[in-house]
Amino acid sequence: MKKSNTEMTLDYDRRLMFDIERIREDFPILRTIVRGKPLVYLDNAATTQKPLHVIDADQRYYHSQNANIHRGVHYLSEVATFEYEKARGKVKNFLNAADNHEIIFVRGATEAINLVAHGYGRKFIGEGDEVVISAMEHHSNIVPWQMICQERKAVLRVIPMNDNGELIMEEYEKLLSPKTKIVSVVLVSNSLGTINPVREMVARAHALNIPVLVDGAQAVSHINIDVRELDCDFFAFSGHKVFAPTGVGVLYGKAEWLERMDPYQTGGDMIESVTFEKTTFNTLPYKFEAGTGNIAGVVGLGSAIDYLRRVGIDSIEAYEHELLEYGTALLTSIDGIRLIGTAKEKAGILSFTLDNIHPHDIGTILDQEGIAIRTGHHCTQPVMKRFGIPATARASLALYNTKEELDALARGIQKVKEIFHL
Amino acid sequence: MSSINELYQQLILEHNKSPRNFRTLEDATKSVEGYNPLCGDHYTVFLKINQGRIEDVTFQGTGCAISKASASMMTSSIKGVTVEEAETLFQKFRAVVTRKLDDETDLEALGYLGALAGVAEYPARIKCASLAWHAMHTALHEMNDSEKTVVTSDTTE
Repeated sequence: MKKSNTEMTLDYDRRLMFDIERIREDFPILRTIVRGKPLVYLDNAATTQKPLHVIDADQRYYHSQNANIHRGVHYLSEVATFEYEKARGKVKNFLNAADNHEIIFVRGATEAINLVAHGYGRKFIGEGDEVVISAMEHHSNIVPWQMICQERKAVLRVIPMNDNGELIMEEYEKLLSPKTKIVSVVLVSNSLGTINPVREMVARAHALNIPVLVDGAQAVSHINIDVRELDCDFFAFSGHKVFAPTGVGVLYGKAEWLERMDPYQTGGDMIESVTFEKTTFNTLPYKFEAGTGNIAGVVGLGSAIDYLRRVGIDSIEAYEHELLEYGTALLTSIDGIRLIGTAKEKAGILSFTLDNIHPHDIGTILDQEGIAIRTGHHCTQPVMKRFGIPATARASLALYNTKEELDALARGIQKVKEIFHL
Repeated sequence: MSSINELYQQLILEHNKSPRNFRTLEDATKSVEGYNPLCGDHYTVFLKINQGRIEDVTFQGTGCAISKASASMMTSSIKGVTVEEAETLFQKFRAVVTRKLDDETDLEALGYLGALAGVAEYPARIKCASLAWHAMHTALHEMNDSEKTVVTSDTTE
Protein backbone atom coordinates (compact mmCIF):
# COMPACT_ATOMS: atom_id res chain seq x y z
CA MET A 1 0.00 0.00 0.00
CA LYS A 2 1.19 3.49 -0.79
CA LYS A 3 2.29 5.49 2.21
CA SER A 4 0.45 8.72 3.03
CA ASN A 5 2.32 12.01 3.00
CA THR A 6 2.26 12.22 6.79
CA GLU A 7 3.82 8.81 7.15
CA MET A 8 6.57 9.70 4.72
CA THR A 9 7.34 12.90 6.60
CA LEU A 10 7.51 10.89 9.82
CA ASP A 11 9.94 8.41 8.28
CA TYR A 12 12.08 11.30 7.20
CA ASP A 13 11.93 13.08 10.56
CA ARG A 14 12.77 9.95 12.48
CA ARG A 15 16.20 10.03 10.93
CA LEU A 16 16.92 13.42 12.41
CA MET A 17 18.88 13.75 15.61
CA PHE A 18 17.28 14.76 18.91
CA ASP A 19 17.36 18.51 18.38
CA ILE A 20 16.33 20.27 21.58
CA GLU A 21 16.06 23.74 20.00
CA ARG A 22 13.75 22.42 17.37
CA ILE A 23 11.68 20.51 19.90
CA ARG A 24 11.24 23.62 22.04
CA GLU A 25 9.96 25.49 19.00
CA ASP A 26 7.22 22.89 18.66
CA PHE A 27 5.79 24.01 22.03
CA PRO A 28 4.64 27.64 21.71
CA ILE A 29 3.81 28.01 25.42
CA LEU A 30 7.50 27.60 26.30
CA ARG A 31 8.07 31.13 24.97
CA THR A 32 5.94 32.57 27.80
CA ILE A 33 7.51 35.26 29.95
CA VAL A 34 6.53 34.89 33.62
CA ARG A 35 7.04 37.95 35.84
CA GLY A 36 9.67 39.23 33.43
CA LYS A 37 11.54 35.94 33.27
CA PRO A 38 11.43 33.11 30.73
CA LEU A 39 9.13 30.31 31.82
CA VAL A 40 10.92 27.25 33.19
CA TYR A 41 8.23 24.60 33.13
CA LEU A 42 9.11 21.76 35.49
CA ASP A 43 5.62 20.57 36.35
CA ASN A 44 5.32 17.93 33.67
CA ALA A 45 4.18 15.18 36.00
CA ALA A 46 1.06 17.27 36.66
CA THR A 47 0.46 17.91 32.98
CA THR A 48 2.59 18.27 29.88
CA GLN A 49 2.52 21.14 27.41
CA LYS A 50 1.14 20.60 23.94
CA PRO A 51 3.08 20.72 20.67
CA LEU A 52 1.73 22.65 17.67
CA HIS A 53 1.09 19.28 16.06
CA VAL A 54 -1.58 18.55 18.70
CA ILE A 55 -2.96 22.10 18.86
CA ASP A 56 -3.38 22.04 15.07
CA ALA A 57 -5.12 18.66 15.13
CA ASP A 58 -7.60 19.97 17.70
CA GLN A 59 -8.30 23.03 15.63
CA ARG A 60 -8.52 21.07 12.39
CA TYR A 61 -11.03 18.72 13.96
CA TYR A 62 -13.42 21.49 14.97
CA HIS A 63 -12.71 23.47 11.84
CA SER A 64 -13.47 20.80 9.31
CA GLN A 65 -14.16 17.34 10.73
CA ASN A 66 -16.63 17.68 13.59
CA ALA A 67 -19.70 15.42 13.75
CA ASN A 68 -20.92 12.66 16.00
CA ILE A 69 -19.32 9.29 15.44
CA HIS A 70 -20.56 5.77 14.75
CA ARG A 71 -24.10 6.80 13.91
CA GLY A 72 -24.32 9.23 11.03
CA VAL A 73 -24.66 8.25 7.40
CA HIS A 74 -23.48 11.67 6.28
CA TYR A 75 -20.06 12.75 5.10
CA LEU A 76 -18.82 14.53 8.23
CA SER A 77 -19.87 11.72 10.51
CA GLU A 78 -17.84 9.35 8.38
CA VAL A 79 -14.83 11.67 8.54
CA ALA A 80 -15.07 12.06 12.33
CA THR A 81 -15.54 8.31 12.82
CA PHE A 82 -12.56 7.62 10.56
CA GLU A 83 -10.33 10.05 12.51
CA TYR A 84 -11.49 8.66 15.86
CA GLU A 85 -10.87 5.06 14.86
CA LYS A 86 -7.57 5.97 13.22
CA ALA A 87 -6.45 7.32 16.61
CA ARG A 88 -7.45 4.01 18.19
CA GLY A 89 -5.14 2.28 15.76
CA LYS A 90 -2.31 4.66 16.68
CA VAL A 91 -2.78 3.91 20.38
CA LYS A 92 -2.84 0.19 19.65
CA ASN A 93 0.49 0.46 17.82
CA PHE A 94 1.93 2.78 20.46
CA LEU A 95 1.22 0.24 23.21
CA ASN A 96 1.82 -2.73 20.89
CA ALA A 97 -1.57 -4.16 21.79
CA ALA A 98 -2.81 -7.16 19.85
CA ASP A 99 -6.01 -5.59 18.55
CA ASN A 100 -7.76 -2.23 18.17
CA HIS A 101 -10.75 -3.44 20.19
CA GLU A 102 -8.53 -3.79 23.26
CA ILE A 103 -8.18 0.02 23.34
CA ILE A 104 -10.96 1.77 25.27
CA PHE A 105 -11.13 5.56 25.25
CA VAL A 106 -11.93 7.08 28.63
CA ARG A 107 -11.51 10.47 30.33
CA GLY A 108 -8.15 9.67 31.86
CA ALA A 109 -6.20 7.14 33.90
CA THR A 110 -8.54 7.74 36.86
CA GLU A 111 -11.58 6.70 34.87
CA ALA A 112 -9.68 3.73 33.40
CA ILE A 113 -8.90 2.42 36.89
CA ASN A 114 -12.46 3.03 38.06
CA LEU A 115 -13.72 1.13 35.03
CA VAL A 116 -11.65 -1.92 35.97
CA ALA A 117 -12.43 -1.63 39.69
CA HIS A 118 -16.15 -1.75 38.87
CA GLY A 119 -16.23 -3.92 35.76
CA TYR A 120 -13.78 -6.50 37.06
CA GLY A 121 -14.30 -5.99 40.79
CA ARG A 122 -18.06 -6.49 40.86
CA LYS A 123 -17.73 -9.66 38.83
CA PHE A 124 -14.64 -11.32 40.23
CA ILE A 125 -14.01 -10.00 43.75
CA GLY A 126 -15.97 -11.50 46.61
CA GLU A 127 -16.05 -11.60 50.38
CA GLY A 128 -12.66 -12.30 51.95
CA ASP A 129 -10.80 -11.85 48.65
CA GLU A 130 -7.80 -9.55 48.42
CA VAL A 131 -6.65 -6.73 46.16
CA VAL A 132 -2.94 -5.90 46.12
CA ILE A 133 -1.67 -2.38 45.43
CA SER A 134 1.63 -0.70 46.35
CA ALA A 135 2.72 1.87 48.91
CA MET A 136 3.50 4.42 46.19
CA GLU A 137 0.15 4.53 44.41
CA HIS A 138 -1.51 7.78 43.39
CA HIS A 139 -4.84 8.26 45.18
CA SER A 140 -6.51 7.30 41.90
CA ASN A 141 -5.11 3.79 42.25
CA ILE A 142 -6.03 3.54 45.94
CA VAL A 143 -9.51 4.94 46.39
CA PRO A 144 -11.35 2.99 43.63
CA TRP A 145 -9.99 -0.26 45.12
CA GLN A 146 -10.82 0.84 48.64
CA MET A 147 -14.41 1.48 47.57
CA ILE A 148 -14.78 -1.82 45.75
CA CYS A 149 -13.20 -3.71 48.68
CA GLN A 150 -15.71 -2.09 51.00
CA GLU A 151 -18.57 -3.01 48.72
CA ARG A 152 -17.42 -6.61 48.18
CA LYS A 153 -16.17 -7.10 51.77
CA ALA A 154 -12.70 -7.75 50.40
CA VAL A 155 -9.33 -6.71 51.83
CA LEU A 156 -6.86 -4.20 50.39
CA ARG A 157 -3.22 -5.27 50.82
CA VAL A 158 -0.26 -2.96 50.28
CA ILE A 159 3.25 -3.80 49.01
CA PRO A 160 5.69 -1.86 51.23
CA MET A 161 8.72 0.08 49.97
CA ASN A 162 12.23 0.73 51.26
CA ASP A 163 13.82 4.10 52.12
CA ASN A 164 14.90 4.66 48.51
CA GLY A 165 11.31 4.35 47.36
CA GLU A 166 11.66 0.88 45.84
CA LEU A 167 9.03 -1.82 46.29
CA ILE A 168 10.16 -4.73 48.44
CA MET A 169 9.77 -7.71 46.14
CA GLU A 170 9.99 -10.39 48.84
CA GLU A 171 7.04 -8.74 50.59
CA TYR A 172 5.14 -8.59 47.32
CA GLU A 173 5.55 -12.31 46.82
CA LYS A 174 4.37 -12.99 50.35
CA LEU A 175 1.21 -10.97 49.71
CA LEU A 176 0.19 -13.03 46.69
CA SER A 177 -2.12 -15.95 47.45
CA PRO A 178 -5.16 -17.74 46.02
CA LYS A 179 -7.20 -15.03 47.77
CA THR A 180 -5.60 -12.31 45.60
CA LYS A 181 -8.02 -11.39 42.84
CA ILE A 182 -6.10 -8.56 41.20
CA VAL A 183 -2.82 -6.64 41.50
CA SER A 184 -2.89 -2.95 40.58
CA VAL A 185 0.45 -1.20 40.52
CA VAL A 186 2.03 1.95 39.18
CA LEU A 187 4.78 1.71 36.55
CA VAL A 188 6.40 5.08 37.30
CA SER A 189 5.68 6.78 40.63
CA ASN A 190 4.50 10.37 40.23
CA SER A 191 5.96 11.56 43.52
CA LEU A 192 9.19 9.48 43.65
CA GLY A 193 10.01 8.74 40.03
CA THR A 194 10.63 5.06 40.77
CA ILE A 195 10.26 2.73 37.80
CA ASN A 196 8.79 -0.47 39.22
CA PRO A 197 9.82 -3.92 37.89
CA VAL A 198 6.35 -4.46 36.53
CA ARG A 199 7.21 -7.22 34.07
CA GLU A 200 8.59 -9.34 36.88
CA MET A 201 5.59 -8.46 39.07
CA VAL A 202 3.18 -9.52 36.35
CA ALA A 203 5.01 -12.83 35.94
CA ARG A 204 4.76 -13.54 39.68
CA ALA A 205 1.05 -12.73 39.72
CA HIS A 206 0.35 -14.76 36.60
CA ALA A 207 1.98 -17.80 38.18
CA LEU A 208 -1.08 -17.74 40.46
CA ASN A 209 -3.45 -16.73 37.64
CA ILE A 210 -3.89 -13.24 39.10
CA PRO A 211 -4.50 -10.45 36.57
CA VAL A 212 -2.49 -7.20 36.85
CA LEU A 213 -3.46 -3.62 36.10
CA VAL A 214 -0.56 -1.26 35.38
CA ASP A 215 -1.07 2.45 36.01
CA GLY A 216 1.05 3.94 33.24
CA ALA A 217 -0.04 7.59 33.63
CA GLN A 218 3.42 8.79 34.54
CA ALA A 219 5.30 6.38 32.28
CA VAL A 220 4.03 6.88 28.75
CA SER A 221 5.83 10.13 28.00
CA HIS A 222 9.16 8.84 29.29
CA ILE A 223 9.64 5.18 28.48
CA ASN A 224 8.76 2.75 25.75
CA ILE A 225 5.63 0.72 26.51
CA ASP A 226 4.89 -2.71 25.12
CA VAL A 227 1.85 -4.19 26.82
CA ARG A 228 2.42 -7.59 25.31
CA GLU A 229 5.98 -7.67 26.51
CA LEU A 230 4.86 -6.52 29.99
CA ASP A 231 2.07 -9.09 29.62
CA CYS A 232 -0.15 -6.94 31.87
CA ASP A 233 -3.89 -7.54 31.70
CA PHE A 234 -4.81 -3.86 31.91
CA PHE A 235 -2.86 -0.67 31.26
CA ALA A 236 -4.17 2.82 32.03
CA PHE A 237 -2.90 6.24 30.99
CA SER A 238 -4.02 9.87 30.53
CA GLY A 239 -3.63 11.81 27.32
CA HIS A 240 -2.71 15.09 28.96
CA LYS A 241 0.43 13.65 30.52
CA VAL A 242 1.66 12.62 27.10
CA PHE A 243 1.30 15.95 25.23
CA ALA A 244 -2.36 15.37 24.27
CA PRO A 245 -5.40 17.40 25.42
CA THR A 246 -6.98 16.93 28.84
CA GLY A 247 -10.11 14.86 29.29
CA VAL A 248 -8.99 11.88 27.24
CA GLY A 249 -7.27 8.71 28.33
CA VAL A 250 -6.92 5.04 27.53
CA LEU A 251 -7.65 1.74 29.11
CA TYR A 252 -5.93 -1.16 27.41
CA GLY A 253 -7.36 -4.51 28.42
CA LYS A 254 -6.77 -8.02 27.18
CA ALA A 255 -9.85 -8.99 25.20
CA GLU A 256 -10.31 -12.15 27.29
CA TRP A 257 -10.92 -9.97 30.38
CA LEU A 258 -12.84 -7.15 28.72
CA GLU A 259 -15.25 -9.68 27.15
CA ARG A 260 -16.09 -11.09 30.56
CA MET A 261 -16.54 -7.73 32.30
CA ASP A 262 -19.80 -5.83 32.50
CA PRO A 263 -20.03 -2.22 31.29
CA TYR A 264 -19.08 0.45 33.79
CA GLN A 265 -21.45 3.05 32.38
CA THR A 266 -24.47 2.47 30.19
CA GLY A 267 -26.30 4.55 27.62
CA GLY A 268 -25.96 5.28 23.94
CA ASP A 269 -23.36 3.84 21.56
CA MET A 270 -22.52 0.97 23.91
CA ILE A 271 -25.60 -1.06 23.08
CA GLU A 272 -26.50 -3.48 20.34
CA SER A 273 -30.25 -3.40 20.84
CA VAL A 274 -32.58 -1.90 23.42
CA THR A 275 -36.16 -2.74 24.20
CA PHE A 276 -37.86 -1.82 27.44
CA GLU A 277 -37.45 -5.43 28.53
CA LYS A 278 -33.85 -6.14 27.64
CA THR A 279 -30.64 -4.55 26.37
CA THR A 280 -27.91 -6.35 24.49
CA PHE A 281 -24.51 -4.71 24.81
CA ASN A 282 -22.35 -3.74 21.89
CA THR A 283 -19.09 -5.54 21.13
CA LEU A 284 -15.64 -4.37 22.24
CA PRO A 285 -14.50 -1.65 22.54
CA TYR A 286 -17.87 0.14 22.25
CA LYS A 287 -19.34 -1.77 25.17
CA PHE A 288 -17.19 0.44 27.41
CA GLU A 289 -17.66 3.74 25.58
CA ALA A 290 -21.09 4.93 26.62
CA GLY A 291 -22.25 8.29 25.33
CA THR A 292 -20.43 10.67 23.02
CA GLY A 293 -16.82 10.77 24.10
CA ASN A 294 -14.12 13.40 23.73
CA ILE A 295 -13.73 12.95 19.97
CA ALA A 296 -11.42 15.93 19.47
CA GLY A 297 -9.38 14.77 22.45
CA VAL A 298 -8.99 11.31 20.96
CA VAL A 299 -7.89 12.80 17.64
CA GLY A 300 -5.45 15.02 19.57
CA LEU A 301 -4.10 11.98 21.41
CA GLY A 302 -3.50 10.32 18.06
CA SER A 303 -1.47 13.27 16.87
CA ALA A 304 0.45 13.44 20.18
CA ILE A 305 1.44 9.81 19.60
CA ASP A 306 2.55 10.70 16.04
CA TYR A 307 4.67 13.44 17.56
CA LEU A 308 6.23 11.14 20.17
CA ARG A 309 7.06 8.54 17.58
CA ARG A 310 8.53 11.20 15.33
CA VAL A 311 10.93 12.34 18.04
CA GLY A 312 11.45 8.72 19.09
CA ILE A 313 10.62 7.48 22.55
CA ASP A 314 14.05 5.86 22.90
CA SER A 315 15.84 9.17 22.24
CA ILE A 316 13.48 10.89 24.69
CA GLU A 317 14.27 8.29 27.32
CA ALA A 318 18.01 8.70 26.79
CA TYR A 319 17.84 12.49 26.80
CA GLU A 320 15.69 12.65 29.94
CA HIS A 321 17.95 10.20 31.69
CA GLU A 322 20.87 12.52 31.07
CA LEU A 323 18.81 15.47 32.39
CA LEU A 324 17.81 13.51 35.46
CA GLU A 325 21.40 12.60 36.27
CA TYR A 326 22.46 16.20 35.80
CA GLY A 327 19.60 17.48 37.98
CA THR A 328 20.23 14.88 40.68
CA ALA A 329 23.90 15.83 40.94
CA LEU A 330 23.03 19.53 40.92
CA LEU A 331 20.38 19.34 43.64
CA THR A 332 22.31 17.00 45.92
CA SER A 333 25.22 19.44 45.81
CA ILE A 334 23.00 22.06 47.52
CA ASP A 335 23.22 22.09 51.31
CA GLY A 336 19.93 21.24 53.01
CA ILE A 337 18.36 19.42 50.05
CA ARG A 338 16.98 15.97 50.73
CA LEU A 339 15.91 14.03 47.67
CA ILE A 340 12.77 11.95 48.25
CA GLY A 341 12.88 8.97 45.91
CA THR A 342 16.36 7.66 45.19
CA ALA A 343 15.50 4.39 43.47
CA LYS A 344 18.08 2.84 41.18
CA GLU A 345 15.56 2.80 38.33
CA LYS A 346 14.05 6.26 38.01
CA ALA A 347 12.25 8.44 35.48
CA GLY A 348 12.46 12.25 35.37
CA ILE A 349 11.15 13.23 38.81
CA LEU A 350 13.13 15.28 41.35
CA SER A 351 11.12 15.37 44.56
CA PHE A 352 12.85 17.15 47.43
CA THR A 353 12.66 18.96 50.72
CA LEU A 354 14.87 21.88 51.74
CA ASP A 355 15.78 22.15 55.42
CA ASN A 356 12.64 23.02 57.37
CA ILE A 357 11.25 25.26 54.66
CA HIS A 358 7.76 24.23 53.71
CA PRO A 359 7.49 23.23 50.00
CA HIS A 360 4.65 25.71 49.55
CA ASP A 361 7.04 28.56 50.39
CA ILE A 362 9.64 27.13 47.99
CA GLY A 363 7.02 27.02 45.24
CA THR A 364 5.99 30.66 45.70
CA ILE A 365 9.58 31.92 45.64
CA LEU A 366 10.51 29.82 42.58
CA ASP A 367 7.41 31.11 40.81
CA GLN A 368 8.84 34.62 41.16
CA GLU A 369 11.77 33.37 39.09
CA GLY A 370 9.43 32.02 36.41
CA ILE A 371 9.97 28.44 37.56
CA ALA A 372 6.90 26.21 37.71
CA ILE A 373 7.13 23.23 40.04
CA ARG A 374 4.52 21.34 42.03
CA THR A 375 4.43 21.47 45.81
CA GLY A 376 2.30 19.37 48.12
CA HIS A 377 1.55 15.70 48.59
CA HIS A 378 1.04 15.03 44.85
CA CYS A 379 -2.06 12.94 45.60
CA THR A 380 0.16 10.39 47.32
CA GLN A 381 -0.46 11.10 51.01
CA PRO A 382 0.64 7.58 52.07
CA VAL A 383 4.02 8.21 50.40
CA MET A 384 4.47 11.44 52.39
CA LYS A 385 3.56 9.57 55.56
CA ARG A 386 6.06 6.81 54.72
CA PHE A 387 8.85 9.40 54.51
CA GLY A 388 7.61 11.36 57.52
CA ILE A 389 7.09 14.62 55.66
CA PRO A 390 3.96 16.70 54.99
CA ALA A 391 4.84 17.53 51.40
CA THR A 392 7.64 17.81 48.86
CA ALA A 393 8.69 20.24 46.16
CA ARG A 394 8.73 18.36 42.87
CA ALA A 395 10.46 19.23 39.63
CA SER A 396 9.36 16.87 36.87
CA LEU A 397 10.98 16.68 33.47
CA ALA A 398 9.84 16.36 29.88
CA LEU A 399 11.58 16.08 26.55
CA TYR A 400 11.68 19.87 26.09
CA ASN A 401 13.53 20.67 29.33
CA THR A 402 17.20 21.64 29.31
CA LYS A 403 20.23 21.62 31.61
CA GLU A 404 20.05 25.43 31.62
CA GLU A 405 16.56 25.18 33.11
CA LEU A 406 17.87 22.91 35.84
CA ASP A 407 20.60 25.48 36.50
CA ALA A 408 17.83 28.09 36.87
CA LEU A 409 16.10 25.78 39.35
CA ALA A 410 19.30 25.51 41.39
CA ARG A 411 19.69 29.31 41.38
CA GLY A 412 16.05 29.62 42.46
CA ILE A 413 16.67 27.27 45.37
CA GLN A 414 19.63 29.44 46.43
CA LYS A 415 17.25 32.40 46.39
CA VAL A 416 14.84 30.51 48.67
CA LYS A 417 17.71 29.91 51.07
CA GLU A 418 18.69 33.58 50.99
CA ILE A 419 15.14 34.70 51.77
CA PHE A 420 14.96 32.26 54.67
CA HIS A 421 18.47 33.30 55.80
CA LEU A 422 20.02 29.86 55.36
CA MET B 1 11.09 46.23 48.83
CA SER B 2 10.29 43.63 46.15
CA SER B 3 6.99 41.87 46.68
CA ILE B 4 8.61 38.52 47.45
CA ASN B 5 10.72 40.14 50.15
CA GLU B 6 7.64 41.89 51.44
CA LEU B 7 5.84 38.55 51.64
CA TYR B 8 8.71 36.91 53.48
CA GLN B 9 9.65 39.92 55.58
CA GLN B 10 11.60 39.66 58.80
CA LEU B 11 8.60 39.61 61.13
CA ILE B 12 6.96 36.76 59.17
CA LEU B 13 10.16 34.71 59.15
CA GLU B 14 10.67 35.33 62.82
CA HIS B 15 7.14 34.21 63.75
CA ASN B 16 7.58 31.16 61.54
CA LYS B 17 10.78 30.25 63.30
CA SER B 18 9.59 30.97 66.82
CA PRO B 19 5.80 30.93 66.78
CA ARG B 20 4.10 32.54 69.80
CA ASN B 21 1.54 30.62 71.86
CA PHE B 22 2.53 27.44 70.07
CA ARG B 23 1.19 24.78 72.42
CA THR B 24 -2.01 23.00 73.34
CA LEU B 25 -4.25 24.64 75.93
CA GLU B 26 -5.40 22.17 78.56
CA ASP B 27 -8.27 24.27 79.89
CA ALA B 28 -9.52 25.53 76.53
CA THR B 29 -13.25 26.15 76.31
CA LYS B 30 -13.17 25.81 72.53
CA SER B 31 -10.89 24.22 69.97
CA VAL B 32 -11.16 24.24 66.19
CA GLU B 33 -9.07 22.51 63.56
CA GLY B 34 -8.13 24.36 60.41
CA TYR B 35 -7.10 22.16 57.49
CA ASN B 36 -6.13 22.93 53.91
CA PRO B 37 -6.37 19.62 52.04
CA LEU B 38 -4.63 21.17 49.04
CA CYS B 39 -1.28 21.77 50.70
CA GLY B 40 -1.71 19.91 53.97
CA ASP B 41 -1.53 22.94 56.30
CA HIS B 42 -3.12 21.71 59.49
CA TYR B 43 -3.58 23.60 62.78
CA THR B 44 -5.72 23.45 65.87
CA VAL B 45 -6.62 26.72 67.54
CA PHE B 46 -7.43 26.58 71.28
CA LEU B 47 -9.40 29.32 73.02
CA LYS B 48 -10.21 29.95 76.64
CA ILE B 49 -13.12 32.36 76.80
CA ASN B 50 -14.44 33.73 80.05
CA GLN B 51 -17.38 36.15 80.23
CA GLY B 52 -16.89 37.41 76.68
CA ARG B 53 -13.14 37.86 76.98
CA ILE B 54 -10.45 35.71 75.36
CA GLU B 55 -8.32 34.89 78.37
CA ASP B 56 -5.96 32.66 76.47
CA VAL B 57 -5.40 31.44 72.93
CA THR B 58 -2.86 28.98 71.56
CA PHE B 59 -2.32 26.87 68.44
CA GLN B 60 -0.60 23.68 67.34
CA GLY B 61 0.11 22.06 64.01
CA THR B 62 2.17 22.18 60.84
CA GLY B 63 2.19 24.18 57.65
CA CYS B 64 4.05 26.69 55.52
CA ALA B 65 5.77 29.83 56.81
CA ILE B 66 2.86 32.06 55.88
CA SER B 67 0.23 29.95 57.62
CA LYS B 68 2.34 29.47 60.74
CA ALA B 69 3.39 33.11 61.09
CA SER B 70 -0.16 34.27 60.49
CA ALA B 71 -1.49 31.86 63.14
CA SER B 72 1.15 33.06 65.59
CA MET B 73 0.23 36.70 64.91
CA MET B 74 -3.44 35.91 65.25
CA THR B 75 -2.94 34.49 68.74
CA SER B 76 -0.77 37.46 69.76
CA SER B 77 -3.38 39.89 68.45
CA ILE B 78 -6.45 38.50 70.17
CA LYS B 79 -5.07 37.39 73.51
CA GLY B 80 -6.85 39.35 76.24
CA VAL B 81 -9.35 41.13 74.00
CA THR B 82 -13.13 40.71 74.03
CA VAL B 83 -14.95 38.53 71.53
CA GLU B 84 -16.25 41.68 69.79
CA GLU B 85 -12.77 43.15 69.52
CA ALA B 86 -11.51 39.86 68.08
CA GLU B 87 -14.26 40.01 65.48
CA THR B 88 -13.19 43.54 64.51
CA LEU B 89 -9.60 42.36 64.16
CA PHE B 90 -10.75 39.43 62.04
CA GLN B 91 -12.60 41.76 59.66
CA LYS B 92 -9.57 44.04 59.50
CA PHE B 93 -7.33 41.04 58.77
CA ARG B 94 -9.59 40.02 55.88
CA ALA B 95 -9.50 43.52 54.48
CA VAL B 96 -5.69 43.50 54.68
CA VAL B 97 -5.08 40.18 52.92
CA THR B 98 -7.65 40.81 50.22
CA ARG B 99 -6.50 44.45 49.69
CA LYS B 100 -9.85 45.92 50.54
CA LEU B 101 -8.22 48.74 52.52
CA ASP B 102 -8.51 52.34 51.45
CA ASP B 103 -5.27 53.91 50.24
CA GLU B 104 -5.02 56.07 53.35
CA THR B 105 -4.51 53.08 55.64
CA ASP B 106 -1.14 53.16 57.33
CA LEU B 107 0.20 49.57 57.24
CA GLU B 108 2.80 50.40 59.90
CA ALA B 109 0.03 51.34 62.31
CA LEU B 110 -1.66 47.99 61.73
CA GLY B 111 1.24 46.19 63.43
CA TYR B 112 1.06 42.45 62.90
CA LEU B 113 -1.67 42.86 60.33
CA GLY B 114 0.53 45.20 58.32
CA ALA B 115 3.17 42.49 58.10
CA LEU B 116 0.59 40.19 56.49
CA ALA B 117 -0.35 42.73 53.81
CA GLY B 118 2.21 41.26 51.39
CA VAL B 119 0.03 38.16 51.05
CA ALA B 120 -2.51 40.12 49.02
CA GLU B 121 -0.14 39.97 46.03
CA TYR B 122 -0.26 36.17 46.10
CA PRO B 123 -3.81 34.92 45.58
CA ALA B 124 -2.69 31.31 45.98
CA ARG B 125 -1.35 32.09 49.44
CA ILE B 126 -4.30 34.00 50.92
CA LYS B 127 -5.76 30.69 52.07
CA CYS B 128 -2.53 29.92 53.93
CA ALA B 129 -2.65 33.20 55.83
CA SER B 130 -6.37 32.89 56.53
CA LEU B 131 -6.49 29.37 57.90
CA ALA B 132 -5.99 30.01 61.63
CA TRP B 133 -8.00 33.24 61.51
CA HIS B 134 -10.99 31.43 60.08
CA ALA B 135 -10.63 28.68 62.65
CA MET B 136 -10.68 31.32 65.37
CA HIS B 137 -13.67 33.10 63.79
CA THR B 138 -15.60 29.82 63.60
CA ALA B 139 -14.80 29.06 67.22
CA LEU B 140 -16.09 32.43 68.38
CA HIS B 141 -19.29 32.55 66.40
CA GLU B 142 -20.46 29.23 65.14
CA MET B 143 -19.81 26.84 67.96
CA ASN B 144 -21.19 25.99 71.32
CA ASP B 145 -18.67 25.51 74.07
CA SER B 146 -16.70 22.25 74.07
CA GLU B 147 -17.88 21.43 70.57
CA LYS B 148 -15.16 20.33 68.12
CA THR B 149 -15.21 21.20 64.47
CA VAL B 150 -12.93 21.31 61.43
CA VAL B 151 -12.61 24.32 59.17
CA THR B 152 -11.23 23.46 55.74
CA SER B 153 -9.85 25.94 53.27
CA ASP B 154 -12.98 25.40 51.15
CA THR B 155 -14.90 27.33 53.74
CA THR B 156 -12.39 30.19 53.74
CA GLU B 157 -11.79 32.83 51.04
